[in-house]
Amino acid sequence: MRFFEFEARRIVEQAGIPVTSYGFCTTPDEAREAAAEIGGPTVVKSQVLTGGRMKAGGVKFADTPDEAAAHAEEILKLEINGHMPRGVLVDPKAEVKQEYYAGVVWDGTAKKPLMLFSDMGGIDIEQVAEEHPDHVGRGHISNLDPVFDFQAKEVIAATGVTGSQLNRATPILARLAELFRDGDMLLAEINPLAELTDGRFVALDAHMEMEDEATGRQAELLREKLGIAEDDTRDTYVPSEFERRVKAIDAADHRGVIQGKDHNFDGNLGLVIGAGGGSLTLTDAVRSQGGKPANYSEIGGNPSVAKACGLAKEVLQKDGVEKIAVMMSIVSNTRVDIVARGVIKACLELGRDPSEAIAVFRIPGAWEDEGARILDHYGVEYYDRSVSLWDAAGRAVEKVQGAS
Amino acid sequence: MSVLLTPETTFIVQGITGREAVNLTRECLDYGSRVVGGVTPGRKGREVHGVPVFDTVGQAVEHHGSQIDGSVVTVPPAFTKDAVIEALDNGIKLVVIVTERIPRGDVAEMVEYADRQGARIIGPNCLGLIAPGICKMGGIGGPAKDAEKAYEPGVVGVMSRSGGMTTEISSTLTAAGLGVSTAISIGGDAIIGSTYAELMPFFEADEQTEAIVIYSEPGGRMEAQLAEWVRENDSRLPIVAFMAGKFMDDEEMQGMSFGHAGTIVEGKEDSATEKIARLEEAGIRVVERIDEIPEAVREGVSK
Repeated sequence: MRFFEFEARRIVEQAGIPVTSYGFCTTPDEAREAAAEIGGPTVVKSQVLTGGRMKAGGVKFADTPDEAAAHAEEILKLEINGHMPRGVLVDPKAEVKQEYYAGVVWDGTAKKPLMLFSDMGGIDIEQVAEEHPDHVGRGHISNLDPVFDFQAKEVIAATGVTGSQLNRATPILARLAELFRDGDMLLAEINPLAELTDGRFVALDAHMEMEDEATGRQAELLREKLGIAEDDTRDTYVPSEFERRVKAIDAADHRGVIQGKDHNFDGNLGLVIGAGGGSLTLTDAVRSQGGKPANYSEIGGNPSVAKACGLAKEVLQKDGVEKIAVMMSIVSNTRVDIVARGVIKACLELGRDPSEAIAVFRIPGAWEDEGARILDHYGVEYYDRSVSLWDAAGRAVEKVQGAS
Repeated sequence: MSVLLTPETTFIVQGITGREAVNLTRECLDYGSRVVGGVTPGRKGREVHGVPVFDTVGQAVEHHGSQIDGSVVTVPPAFTKDAVIEALDNGIKLVVIVTERIPRGDVAEMVEYADRQGARIIGPNCLGLIAPGICKMGGIGGPAKDAEKAYEPGVVGVMSRSGGMTTEISSTLTAAGLGVSTAISIGGDAIIGSTYAELMPFFEADEQTEAIVIYSEPGGRMEAQLAEWVRENDSRLPIVAFMAGKFMDDEEMQGMSFGHAGTIVEGKEDSATEKIARLEEAGIRVVERIDEIPEAVREGVSK
């Protein structure tokens, strides 16, 4: 789950990291008020979950409250990379002496959070790491022990920063590491972390992302401290009609799991396939042999006949689908006969002859003899484990192309 | 003779009274594995297929009368960390975590805790491991008779990020007469207890193993880590890799998620194409099709 800048700032603020006093506004009037309260020059920033705000005109400077209101009016209407802003943030225009970067990410190889610091802030950290590796400090923290300030100090000192700058930045990076761990974050970044002309360090912009698996246990932070509604998932992905229908079929029955995706798939071969790894392998095998999948899908966890039937029906009814291929790697939990019953039922209910609509059925494993018996009865081309995933996919491609 | 498992290996099942765990227990017992106890808090005194159920891991160890080697953990995500640490604190050295959707911070905590205890975690989000004819620990391969059909004892060590594909690949190796020394479903998450590179030394030390096959997906740095391991260690074992999810590299598929939680591609280096290049640079043979694996293994072994 991604956070807007105004939320990310609140998160760092609550962790004891200094920020400038800012206002989150959803109308030009609110922006005028916030700017008046701040007094002096301000910056008005679009609150969108996408990068490149500056370039798109989503960040503007104002000298007066009226100017801030005018900018807010414009920015509130400005779409950036397909995103409409949630509001604007009105921030005092900071007198910056130097910009730094402070961040924490997961290191999957070390299996520990990794602190990052650079004295070249304001730009992408990947770019700094590539062009000026000696300006990036790195250090892991334990998942079990407390975060010690000296660990943050070592990371910062490695970039050559010393003096009062080192002493002021150290607790900020350490607190950021703590909030990363405590808040189940995937990313916690302050960029820029600014040293003001008066010597203070403040977070001028922050990016935070929380792991979806942890949003349940972070309810206190999300609901009470940030006031984020439960249905506000920030998911920018807009599901297709097919995707929504498959999801509804899946939700209607707790047995097994089905998933369907068809964004940017527009072929003539419908795929009723599984599970995680098998689906990836089979989609590749169809495409590598010149086939055009109409969708991606996953079946797993032993779905009911109704569920298998529901998925097959949705796939069969997709525009342009001529045949479906029902294929899985060897199953031990999902039952072959149940999937067979489901897909045959789908054909019959749509008035299609299973032997014609199902290009191939290749699911070996649990209850395969019973499955074979059913498929045989309807004349469906059935393959067991002696036929590879590649060959089964190739056969399906051959049949659907012969048919067109 | 095999990796991590022996005919004497004893283990418990935590969360044994759950539906999936009951099946898994039956399958392991039928296969001949020594399931010596189960734990579900509040269910002490029950039995699952003759296996005694306890409230705590400590009670199971006491009942067994000596150290228990392993645990298969099937408890819900919110309780997994506690269950795993309970197992580790009771001297268990091999923990298989079946549970999916555990927050990454919890996984990392468990793994660090296990490291400090000299213990090993397999998973999460995995089906466990099997040493054909010796021991099956977890749901891998399914019911005993199905597992026997797909997994015959042999010379190839298998490691896979997909549970189902572990069996598909092993079945292909069995049909080709090569068989499997030990197959490990390592799990589909972004952070897992044991990566390919971390398990390689065990296979290296196993006389029965003559080659390695890995099943791989986009996302994460695990393949790069393996490539590095291969370059740094003069391994006697040829490695054959299969990479799924190449279609995810296509421009129009960017930003969509497919398959396991770990397949989210964060940088260009995590893509299938990049990974294939990385593996090949290290001398690892990457095949396009599962059915090419046995031939590639034979060529690797005869070199």
